Amino acid sequence: MLTREQSAEVFDRIRRFSSADEVEAIFTGSRFALTRFANNTIHQNVEEENSIVSIRTNFGGRTARATANQFDDQSLRRTVAASENLARVQAPDPDLLPMPTAKEANAAGEGARSTRFFDGTAAITPADRAEVVKRIVSVADKHKLTTAGIYSNSELREGIFNSRGLANWHHQTLAEISITMLAEDSSGWQKLNSPDVSNLDPQRLAETAARKAVESAHPREIAPGKYTVILEPAAVLDIVGFMFWDYSGVAILDQRSFLNDRIGTELFGENINISDDAAHPLQAGSPFDGEGMRRQSVPLVENGVVKRVVYARATAQKMKHSEYAGKVGPIEPTGHGFPLPNEIGEMPLNVVFGGPEKPQGVEEMIVSTERGVLVTRLWYIREVDPYEKIVAGMTRDGTFLVENGKVQCGLRNFRFNESLISMLSNVEAMSVPVRACGEESFDMVVPAMKVREFNFTEATRF
Amino acid sequence: MKSATHLALDAASARGATYADARVVSIRNRSLTSKNGRVGHASESESLGIGVRVIADGAWGFAASADLSRATVEAAAARAVEIAKASARVKRADVHLAPEPAAVAEWTTPYKVDPFTTSVEQNLDLLLKVDAEMRAVAGVTLAETGMNFQREESWFLSSEGADIHQTKYSTGAGYTAYAFAGSEIQKRSYPNSFGGQWQNRGYEQIEEMKLVENARRVAEEAVALHHADQCPEGTYTIVLDGSQLGLQIHESIGHPIELDRVLGMEANFAGTSFLTLEKLGHLRYGSELVNVVADARQEHGPGLGTFAYDDEGVAAQSTPIITNGRFTGYLSSRETAHTIGAARSGGTLRAEGWNRLPMIRMTNVSILPGEKPLSLEQLIAATDQGIYMETNKSWSIDDKRYNFQFGCEIAWEIKHGKRVRMLKNPSYSGITTEFWNSMDAICSRDEWALWGTPNCGKGQPQQVVGTGHGASPARFRNIRVGSAYQGS
Repeated sequence: MLTREQSAEVFDRIRRFSSADEVEAIFTGSRFALTRFANNTIHQNVEEENSIVSIRTNFGGRTARATANQFDDQSLRRTVAASENLARVQAPDPDLLPMPTAKEANAAGEGARSTRFFDGTAAITPADRAEVVKRIVSVADKHKLTTAGIYSNSELREGIFNSRGLANWHHQTLAEISITMLAEDSSGWQKLNSPDVSNLDPQRLAETAARKAVESAHPREIAPGKYTVILEPAAVLDIVGFMFWDYSGVAILDQRSFLNDRIGTELFGENINISDDAAHPLQAGSPFDGEGMRRQSVPLVENGVVKRVVYARATAQKMKHSEYAGKVGPIEPTGHGFPLPNEIGEMPLNVVFGGPEKPQGVEEMIVSTERGVLVTRLWYIREVDPYEKIVAGMTRDGTFLVENGKVQCGLRNFRFNESLISMLSNVEAMSVPVRACGEESFDMVVPAMKVREFNFTEATRF
Repeated sequence: MKSATHLALDAASARGATYADARVVSIRNRSLTSKNGRVGHASESESLGIGVRVIADGAWGFAASADLSRATVEAAAARAVEIAKASARVKRADVHLAPEPAAVAEWTTPYKVDPFTTSVEQNLDLLLKVDAEMRAVAGVTLAETGMNFQREESWFLSSEGADIHQTKYSTGAGYTAYAFAGSEIQKRSYPNSFGGQWQNRGYEQIEEMKLVENARRVAEEAVALHHADQCPEGTYTIVLDGSQLGLQIHESIGHPIELDRVLGMEANFAGTSFLTLEKLGHLRYGSELVNVVADARQEHGPGLGTFAYDDEGVAAQSTPIITNGRFTGYLSSRETAHTIGAARSGGTLRAEGWNRLPMIRMTNVSILPGEKPLSLEQLIAATDQGIYMETNKSWSIDDKRYNFQFGCEIAWEIKHGKRVRMLKNPSYSGITTEFWNSMDAICSRDEWALWGTPNCGKGQPQQVVGTGHGASPARFRNIRVGSAYQGS
């Protein structure tokens, strides 16, 4: 992996090789290792190291990008030339801005942010991962279950340099454990990640997944319909993640957002508060966006009212001069842009749900439920209706019937077709938000939720 | 490039590997888009590196590096062996590979025009023409187009003596018109969603797609959907166009026949499969008309799953998956072939690039066309009541690949053999085997196309590869329609 100093040296060469008005280089370096297990054995075990440079050139309102993973002069010259050749043939884009200076990019300040690099995570060896897997398998054996999952660790370096003096750098680690426990006709699942591996407790995750598999054995089938559901945080994350692409200035301008004509309205229940905050202590990731702009904390939803969306620099400028100005809340660059050029603009990627006044744990939610469904995890979620924000998907790996304040039995899995607008208007209780991860959406800080009238439309056969 | 693979194999062997293979892969990509009359993005990328896969102490290890210097390649090989020995600490049995002749071969995707010899101006000019055609239709609020080329050159060498040099090209293009009005966003795509149509061909693929010629019609349909009736809920006869049937095959046949899923290797992420081993040769998967193959050979067509050798050196094959409705085959690898009593791998192991471990992937999983001449118009004419659906819009299926729901962009009611009123928001759902058993007609070869699915995700870390799905329009009886909007 290239260090910051090595990347700066590469950028100096890129500048020398370029004839563009402006040039930018994004460096991404990673060392990633993952041990995968199934059938109580390690069956895949991988490690990779790579460094990438992605070069953007600007010529009088025209821009393009070329990317490579080799750093000799010949490769860099070829990549610079590819970027310039792609840029030169385009018509000028009147919305393209000059690259940000360091002063502009860093004006928002870094915020109170603790380190996201942990030596303990970076130092994990294949033998360490095997030892953890062995402990997980022991839990499976103890419960006469079959386990499958992963244990990974990675180190990531990200940097952005441009010819106007910007040089921002980020260095972090991430460890992740995901465990499925399988019984004859049931399963359980748990997943967690953190920059600091000491925040992960594989034994506890394995025991919880095993308990879910055991307790959901011999699942009953009940008729689909509208049920009160208790969604664990991973289930909340995976379903709500489908709406955040729309919290984008470009999505509004393109008229592809479900927030078109809805910003400023009370779209959700008044207990819903959502912000985007890259500096939140439970968040991970880079403090700057694809142009190097510092990511700012942005309140998106307050008391159920959608307040605003996020903006890349050019989107904010365009929005200010659009028919939507004055109708979409504050308009300013927020540090949420994707690397240019792109069509989608920006989106919030460090979503944090606000905690409720009176948080309830999942157990308390169960106790207060006369009849409902406890959901561990949702799966294969896809958008059915982009404006009503109806999404379809399945429950998976631990779905339970709750009756009279108790978990009664496992259930055969359901298909749902649920509007996120409806869901977030029907939240009866929430837990304290936690860092959660799933498979359908990006990591977030979300609570468990008790939701009434969740729309299950079919049951499957297992 | 080849010298790096030799270095890796020697180093792995010296460290104790009982089997090793090394792949150097060089990938070049061009990606161009337009949006509302302007270039959306213009980018090119290159990626080069080596992946070393070994068996040591009876277990797997894999390490990859972008640095092809001698020291780094040897270190990567040594790391792969170290990883394999760590894997062996948690194993139940040694890995054994089905025997395979060590192939020595060169192969390149047949093409007429190397897409990278075409100019960016030419590419963008075509996209912007299409874009303009769509925006010429009143009511279109967003027009997006895209074009993508990839060239992947690989050198595969194994400790068993395989030495295979392959170069694969893929080309894709397509577009979508959106119309936002009132409280609805409607869209139409051409020739398919997922960025259009993708095949392993050269630029001739783009030239044959009639992109400009269809743009106005597609845009008009997006706008017209706002005035269409909602697709009803109920049980109906449905006719699916070839592209939607291609995705139906992908999700409800292609994934469940992956033997690694069946054996539980994907249980934590992609899921398992309802197609447990005892069903092989016995399960009535579909009606007598359902004949499906997994065919990676060039003679099947230029699909995204077409190659000469897979990423563990096994020659491309055609495997009968469903024969006259009966389930007859899985997708297998050298490691898994023995579990179904096969003497040899089915040749389906592929990796996303140099830095990923090859795994069982769909090749071209295709339904064979009907033998009797039958066009789409003739099929509709032979349908008294029903709904004809086109172009995928949403897709979801459970983790055993049994219960599915698909939404399409557009539909038309069929009444007395004629397409009548347009319907918006069509969807259908069902159980995999019940659905395929309800197929009672399929169009013939002249309606058959080899569709590309460029975005198939699987594995941890996730790998995205392209798969091919040949299909022609087909008819299904007694299908549940409209569940996606039920209760909303």
